[in-house]
Amino acid sequence: MSEKIKFTIDGVEIEATAGQTIMQAADEAGIYIPRLCAHKDLLPFGSCRVCTVMVNDRPQAACTQPVSPGMNVESETEELRQIRVNLVEMLFVEGNHYCPFCEKSGNCELQALGYRLGMLAPKYPYMFNKHDIDASHPDIYIDHNRCILCARCIRSSKELDGKNVFQFVGRGIHKRVAFNSDTDLAATDVSVTDKAIENCPVGAILKKRTAYAVPIGKRKYDSQPIGSDIEALRAEVK
Amino acid sequence: MTENFEKAIREICSGNADDRTRMIDIVREVQQLFGQISGSAMDIIADAVNSHRVEVESVVSFYSFLSEKPKGKFVIRLCNDVIDKMQGVGKVAKAFQEELGINFGESTPDGKFTLEWTPCIGMCDQAPAALVNDKMMTRLSSDSAREIVKSLKENEDEYRLIHMLGDGNNANPLVNSMVSNNIREKGPVIFAKFEAGKAIHKALSMSPVEVIRDIKTARLRGRGGAGFPTGMKWEFTRGAEGDNKVVICNADEGEPGTFKDRTILTEKPDLMFEGMAIAGYAIGAKTGVLYLRGEYAYLRPFLENVLADRRNKKLLGISILGKTGFDFDIRIQMGAGAYICGEETALISSCEGLRGDPKNRPPFPAQKGYLTLPTSVNNVETFCCVAQILDKGAGWFAEMGSTGSTGTKLLSISGDCTRPGVYELPFGTTVAEMLVKAGAEDAYAVQMGGPSGQLIGEADFHRKICYDDVATGGAVMVFNNDRNPLEIAHEFMEFFCEESCGYCTPCRVGNELLKERLQVIINGKGTPDDLDYLEQLGKTISVASRCGLGQTSANPVLTSLKNFRGDYEKLVKENKDGMQRTFDIHKALATGEDLQGRKSVIYAE
Repeated sequence: MSEKIKFTIDGVEIEATAGQTIMQAADEAGIYIPRLCAHKDLLPFGSCRVCTVMVNDRPQAACTQPVSPGMNVESETEELRQIRVNLVEMLFVEGNHYCPFCEKSGNCELQALGYRLGMLAPKYPYMFNKHDIDASHPDIYIDHNRCILCARCIRSSKELDGKNVFQFVGRGIHKRVAFNSDTDLAATDVSVTDKAIENCPVGAILKKRTAYAVPIGKRKYDSQPIGSDIEALRAEVK
Repeated sequence: MTENFEKAIREICSGNADDRTRMIDIVREVQQLFGQISGSAMDIIADAVNSHRVEVESVVSFYSFLSEKPKGKFVIRLCNDVIDKMQGVGKVAKAFQEELGINFGESTPDGKFTLEWTPCIGMCDQAPAALVNDKMMTRLSSDSAREIVKSLKENEDEYRLIHMLGDGNNANPLVNSMVSNNIREKGPVIFAKFEAGKAIHKALSMSPVEVIRDIKTARLRGRGGAGFPTGMKWEFTRGAEGDNKVVICNADEGEPGTFKDRTILTEKPDLMFEGMAIAGYAIGAKTGVLYLRGEYAYLRPFLENVLADRRNKKLLGISILGKTGFDFDIRIQMGAGAYICGEETALISSCEGLRGDPKNRPPFPAQKGYLTLPTSVNNVETFCCVAQILDKGAGWFAEMGSTGSTGTKLLSISGDCTRPGVYELPFGTTVAEMLVKAGAEDAYAVQMGGPSGQLIGEADFHRKICYDDVATGGAVMVFNNDRNPLEIAHEFMEFFCEESCGYCTPCRVGNELLKERLQVIINGKGTPDDLDYLEQLGKTISVASRCGLGQTSANPVLTSLKNFRGDYEKLVKENKDGMQRTFDIHKALATGEDLQGRKSVIYAE
């Protein structure tokens, strides 16, 4: 039915289906390319740039770039690792991320990626920008301090929930997620069961009264690095 | 009142066919009528066009000419780009503040005036300049600033501010502006004589494929800066699936220091529109859009009139020049104050009534552009070249300039020079030759191609202006020995931070960080390590950013660091005590000391 395409990632030959992105093909082959805004259930977005790879020596986002026959993709190079660390550090200093007492700690993709990429303290100065919180909703708590502007909530609400609860407003460093209401989150039609709530990669959107249902130490990334699930496939593919 | 309010907004929406892809037009009209787009207005618009309030808010909050909060009846936008600062905008600003009794970003309590800063408005050759609503005020002084406020207070009519008309079509009643063209050198392409209709007539005697072949033979490359071969772009668009195709003219020149398209729009609109119609014929498009930057709204009535005139002459509309099946018309889409919309996919987003966010590529506009239709976006100057190529021949065009860069290039030159203005020069002219023409023999640094280009010094003045050497979209800013390259770079970083759409991490956050560290160095607190820091950070921004804006936004720092390293090295010093020089213990303790109500004993002054 679909045309098969062969290309290489870091010298490993991969077979992909025409129309797939580099990231989709890599995931299926059990090769993990770091990412934050990308999510398997959502359309590619390309905002965090953490999945930047070199395609025939040109930088491209693996999450939005389609595969083509014979392309030479480089991902695990020192140069790209450094760029990815820089991007993750940028997100850390842009927001106010307090890992030690964040409810999401251990389940947070930003934190987990920081660990995986070998990030220590950011070399960039913290911006300490002021951000709002919204606790108006009975079941949902929003803390813009921890938002990384990945748009997963915006996209999930549209693509998966059939709603339009969130959208970006402002531009540049003043860009932020706003709600479809004239007051607060409680005035929207959001529900705690929405995928938009579940798909937040960080501690920006939290379900109230669930913070420590799973204790710290037993969380998703406490025992294995982010991306391990994808890499586990590699053993099978091999 | 409330009922009338709702009625007025619904009328604006229905005047735009309740079409959400015309959102920019809708919100611009609401802004004009009410001086703001309030939350309740957003609710009404969202309902009328079947969208969501937050989607309207998203658009409104993106463009600097749109505002949720009320603006004064007269909005004074004073240009604060680097050239205006060099020409003394500070005094003008002070005069405005004093006369109005408000600061920048504020409105007078009576709701009459709002005072704002704005990035480059395309008047660097006659700076300092400001916009009063749609009216362009040039060559300002503190005296003329006071006069402007006095007149507006007395007459409440911005039209009465125009008491001296500019040259050429600036004096046309439909333009009615005090802007000067400042066309210093006319070349054989853009500013040559041109008879409307002649080129399109010739094009129609050929097949569309032959027209594209001519453009390719002329080796025409895009004049916006990137230099993509125009013929190839058209071929892709023509070959893309779908019967309905679109031609867009990018008249959103917003690169600080650029004003070349202003002179084309004022003096050569027929040439440009003819080029668009030829493009329409070549790629098989019915729809043409001129995306006009919001700052050039004063040219709109004039341009609409040129379009009407061309329709009367059968140069636009159904069966152009009697050719059955060739229908093509052009509408003007106004921008609303966003530099990023000069990026072709952001421009398309804006035409579609969205935030000016660039789109992911692929698909490229030639495959899926405006409203998913195959679209060719070309620069104002490019379309002018097209019309002349068809009229005078591809061979004639290809003989000018150099092998890789045929034809002429419009340059807008400003800054420390005695003859600022627009120059049409053949490609291959050296930077030094250009500087002599502009009266800038004592130049210390030249910004070629605006902030996204490069800052070069004397060592590079022998180089040639062309795509393969010193490439430029046309903005040239000259700086003499009194100027500091670091401060110039800092000005440009301010600009990019202001104009980043914020979509991707490296551009949104990285540029803020570059600007911050550059300021540290300017303040004399930098260490030699900081130069490496700037380079690494700049590289990450260039490599990882999503669109052309981000990919070039670190250039002010990277190119000044490369070409004026000595100026940086003079300012950075080894850190002997090992303490972080950027860390100010007193500043760090200030909040704590305030809360406690006592001063630190250990870190007493």
